[in-house]
Amino acid sequence: MDLSPIISKKTVASAGETGSWRNYRPAVIAELCSKCRNCVLYCPEGVISVGENSVEIDYNFCKGCGICKEVCEQRAIEIVPE
Amino acid sequence: MILPGNASCQGCPISMAMRCLDEISKPVLVIPAGCSTVIAGLHPKSAMNGPVVHVPFPSTHSVAAGLSEAYKRIGVKANVVAWMGDGAADIGFAALSASAARKDDLITIVVDNEAYMNTGTQASLSTFWKARTTTSPAGKTEERRNLALIMLAHKADYVATASVGYIRDLRRKFRKAGVMKGFRFIHVHTPCPPGWKFPSEKTVDVARKAVMSGAWILWEYDGKLKLSKAGEKYASKENRIPLEDYLKQGRFSHLSDEEIRELEQKIDEDWELLLRFS
Ligand SMILES: Cc1ncc(C[n+]2csc(CCOP(=O)(O)OP(=O)(O)O)c2C)c(N)n1
Ligand code: SF4
Ligand code: SF4
Ligand code: SF4
Ligand SMILES: [Mg+2]
Repeated sequence: MDLSPIISKKTVASAGETGSWRNYRPAVIAELCSKCRNCVLYCPEGVISVGENSVEIDYNFCKGCGICKEVCEQRAIEIVPE
Repeated sequence: MILPGNASCQGCPISMAMRCLDEISKPVLVIPAGCSTVIAGLHPKSAMNGPVVHVPFPSTHSVAAGLSEAYKRIGVKANVVAWMGDGAADIGFAALSASAARKDDLITIVVDNEAYMNTGTQASLSTFWKARTTTSPAGKTEERRNLALIMLAHKADYVATASVGYIRDLRRKFRKAGVMKGFRFIHVHTPCPPGWKFPSEKTVDVARKAVMSGAWILWEYDGKLKLSKAGEKYASKENRIPLEDYLKQGRFSHLSDEEIRELEQKIDEDWELLLRFS
């Protein structure tokens, strides 16, 4: 029996490019970052990655919730209007 | 496990918890109706990077138990996870309880946003006393049910409470449950911005204040009940923050000082009851 019609396919952007939902955007001040990874762990969308000298946010999907700013103890993330 | 660009609201605590499924190897989710269903994606699209079976409420644990047994028989390694809301735990309670009593080899994770959110914030058995919902417009008159303690009474192999405000503790509990055998139950506190009426950036803050005020107790049972490190100091009342700080949410804006004192008393009773088991 061919079950493929009832099996959903894994899809990035199942609800579209959710970055367009944003009214505010998180902006990183990389010099202040201590690489604690709080933002990485708490971001509901999983769109933050912390590298050697940078913090990258995937703005195609960041919904602009502001949680990363709240959990950053170094105040390395600001929220700015879009 | 969960892919970006999914349908969760801004600041959603359930997507935060779903990301932590990375701690469990080869998860197979069984999800009854609720926000989690919508987040997991609408057919033909799935937002989950792994298998999910969508099920009607009362069948959740029947399906999960069957899957777990079937995987064993055909020799497939998998961690079956019944992933359900607090409302689903109300409606599906008979099968949940039977599964715990049988000691089915599966993990149950209840993401508790203290109401039936997906259908418009109706009160559940988990809703906090006095909280306003669409079915308790003047504040809920019944006490909340302590689901994790009920699961403890089933002598489940592992029972834990967790919170999206303490994500490292939550991840550790998922990891621990993932490598154990038997009936494992984790009750995750998931404060919901639109349902509780607070701004989306405050999800973690509200979750932490629930723990810091004593309103949500972090504990774990693996043969012995112990308070979790992240929250154990709130067993002493002098370490707690004022309950008012946690109650700064739209669903509590109607409370009088007297009602807040009454809530404090209920919280003290919860601690007393729990500590009798430790
Ligand atoms: C048998 C049945 N009854 C009612 C519904 C409608 N329904 C869909 S989701 C839901 C509430 C789920 O609440 P909860 O489990 O707490 O999940 P949440 O949406 O809060 O995450 C209800 C009642 C349904 N889908 N199926
Ligand atoms: S929370 Fe702040 S300090 Fe920590 S990794 Fe993120 S940006 Fe850096
Ligand atoms: S604003 Fe929200 S979605 Fe965007 S990066 Fe920060 S935590 Fe993630
Ligand atoms: S209503 Fe609450 S739990 Fe449901 S998707 Fe929105 S934020 Fe998440
Ligand atoms: Mg719910």
